[in-house]
Amino acid sequence: MSNKKAKLLQGNEACVEGALAAGMRFFAGYPITPSTEIAEISSQKLPALDGKFIQMEDELSSMAAIIGGSLAGIKSMTATSGPGFSLMQENLGYATIAEIPCVIVNVQRGGPSTGLPTSPAQGEIMQAKWGTHGDHPAITLYPNSVEEIYNTTITAFNFSEKYRVPVVLLLDEVIAHMREKVTLKDTSEITIIDRKKPTCSAEEYVAYRADDNDNIPSMASFGEGYRYHVTGLVHNETGFPTNDNKVADKLIRRLIDKVENDIDNLSIYEDYKTNDAETVIVSFGSVSRSAKSAVNELRNNGKKVGLFRPITIWPTLEKQILEISKKAKTIYVAEMNLGQYYYEVERIAGKYCNVKKINKVNGELITPNEIISVINGGN
Amino acid sequence: MFQKIEIRLSGSGGQGLILGGIILADAAIDDGLNAIQSQSYGPEARGGASKAEIIISKEDIYYPKVMKCDLLLCLTQKSYDKYIDSLNKSGILIIDECVEIDKNASYKTYKLPIIDTAVNEVGTPMVANIVSLGVIHEVCKMLNEEVLKNSIVKRVPRGTADLNIKAFEKGKSLVKG
Amino acid sequence: MMYSNLVKKYYRINNLPHIWCPGCGHGILMNSIIRAIDNLKLDKDNICVVSGIGCSSRASGYMDFNTLHTTHGRALAFATGIKFANPNLKVIVVTGDGDCAAIGGNHLIHAARRNIDITTIAFNNNIYGMTGGQYSPTTPTGDFGTTAPYGNIDKSFDLCNLAKSAGATYVGRGTAYHASLLTKLIENGLNNNGFSFIEGVSVCPTYYGRKNKKGSSVKMMTYLKENCIDKKVVDKKPELGENKILIGELYNNSQPEYTEKYKEIIKMLSKES
Repeated sequence: MSNKKAKLLQGNEACVEGALAAGMRFFAGYPITPSTEIAEISSQKLPALDGKFIQMEDELSSMAAIIGGSLAGIKSMTATSGPGFSLMQENLGYATIAEIPCVIVNVQRGGPSTGLPTSPAQGEIMQAKWGTHGDHPAITLYPNSVEEIYNTTITAFNFSEKYRVPVVLLLDEVIAHMREKVTLKDTSEITIIDRKKPTCSAEEYVAYRADDNDNIPSMASFGEGYRYHVTGLVHNETGFPTNDNKVADKLIRRLIDKVENDIDNLSIYEDYKTNDAETVIVSFGSVSRSAKSAVNELRNNGKKVGLFRPITIWPTLEKQILEISKKAKTIYVAEMNLGQYYYEVERIAGKYCNVKKINKVNGELITPNEIISVINGGN
Repeated sequence: MFQKIEIRLSGSGGQGLILGGIILADAAIDDGLNAIQSQSYGPEARGGASKAEIIISKEDIYYPKVMKCDLLLCLTQKSYDKYIDSLNKSGILIIDECVEIDKNASYKTYKLPIIDTAVNEVGTPMVANIVSLGVIHEVCKMLNEEVLKNSIVKRVPRGTADLNIKAFEKGKSLVKG
Repeated sequence: MMYSNLVKKYYRINNLPHIWCPGCGHGILMNSIIRAIDNLKLDKDNICVVSGIGCSSRASGYMDFNTLHTTHGRALAFATGIKFANPNLKVIVVTGDGDCAAIGGNHLIHAARRNIDITTIAFNNNIYGMTGGQYSPTTPTGDFGTTAPYGNIDKSFDLCNLAKSAGATYVGRGTAYHASLLTKLIENGLNNNGFSFIEGVSVCPTYYGRKNKKGSSVKMMTYLKENCIDKKVVDKKPELGENKILIGELYNNSQPEYTEKYKEIIKMLSKES
């Protein structure tokens, strides 16, 4: 109940608080700006909650360690930024094919390579989906305020546990480092989802046999008496490797279907004044805050402008974007890259309305005035 | 009373300006207002240019960065040179006495021995940030003084509360003269 | 097919026969692990075997424990996560020379440095076998591989010295020929409360042997028989160790274990609150 009071919290701090509320008790990471506070605060708080924090030798091993932690039955997380996110792609793919729940926070900074370590960017929209090789599902969430970071981190854990996928939580330097007023939910108001556990005996357990209704197999923890095999190779229902083409096809399709067939339960977004809007700005993360300021100012001047803000970045919110494209004349996709999400919107909405870009890659947040002048200029 | 105020605290890394900004934002929230604090910094931990930004408002704050400051604090010449153009023509400028300024400007200017007060009257340059908060408070009176002092005590390192409250009072008296 | 009781008890018979080549030493090394576990009467449900990528990595799939076949070089990092999250598990890593000394070299030295209670068994066949015979960090200088057609100019790693220097608290070397010694070393490693590194020298007649004209598997095993010498013997008569492969227990030094040190932090914080 003591949490109910409004207080000042930093974005990265809220991420840890949300993770702890979701049940995260294992963190492995490697220091990197602008995500480091997440590791620092985790190192301070976890042991007091009987949890574990370990600073690994790099991001490759951090990602590996959280998969190990999750297999041992503990909800696990890591946090990083662009260069580290690139290194994590290898084992992110492993978590995907082996269906190990975990959460990867990527606080975006300027790239490519070392780029602009202390400045914001949104350059990993596509990497969050396609960074690891092969066909695979992806769930990526992107909040835009400190309070929403808290809530979305909980959701990230819930999705990872429910669907048995690594969930990427995107933040950016602006929302990760800023402090603002938050009112955190009481634990009684939070829904926590835990992974589905086997109800059968060890002899009957088939580790990767999915249930028909949701395409998701139940997951035993190592040490619980269900001795089974986990591999990054294509495997059959028992978990052992196979080259059988039919089995391979079935596995890859199931991995994708278990997420994409349930898109309605994964779709989180904010629809702000789009109902009568002739112009809709699509943006996420810190830029969507500038967009909201711009919408309010343009509305004050009589322009019918709205904001559509996907919080679920992957899978793409096709239904919602399509609906907007049939009402609006123009959609502007405002993002701190040179047009990554733009191509998703253009693919869906391009047939029905104009889709245009508002971009910036100099390490500064797009300002409301920059958005306003583009929309007023009609470019 | 103001509707929205945008503040920029600038100086060099290590002067505690980010903590100063956090204290202001924290106090604003405890005072029932909305606040956002953000910062920018270079790669250096000490000595590089540093700034903290605080927006305090009665309404929701979306765009989190300062566009035009209503109040600018500069503790170094470098930070003055860099940020003076971001100050509203009718804004308030608070500078350390080491800073040389354009005398023809229209700002309401307070040139005060902030760093000297921290060093010689409180005993450490570390409290220049809190001396600055005393100055800002006395100049603007935008937050309840007790709430602000509570935030100072809450946020400064353990065991330094008395020292910092002294710094705050010294800052206030710099303005009172 | 008739299986021995040991095989029936510890192997996943449905997954046998294994995929290793005829004459490969890996099966013998794997069996040393099984014998060590059987001798120590460890609980199967409590054992976790983690492997990386390469010929050695296939071992995890054949053994009936909690098994994890990971990515190339990362077995120790996954294993660190498992052991740290649940220190009650007995964690064994099976790795290879390329896996633990090239792509995973950094994870090896840091796992050793932490002295986390993981027993690592490195199947060293001096070559990348799974990909078809490229030179590895333990291919001797001057030897040949498909990527060293003019002879290997790299210096080779001594895996045991590497592990010892990095902080492993139990280090030993056995071979596919000296299988009962290897079993004993693995038992000691499993009993050591800390990071244990056991090198199992293997033979690869298919790639390393053929590329370097080492002859049949029998000839390669004979070479191991004739060219290895126990450290205990060399300690007394150093001149006998010249140009020989040193086997046996190479290092044994008890140090505080990582997960236990962390438990002390947890305990300290629970007392404070």
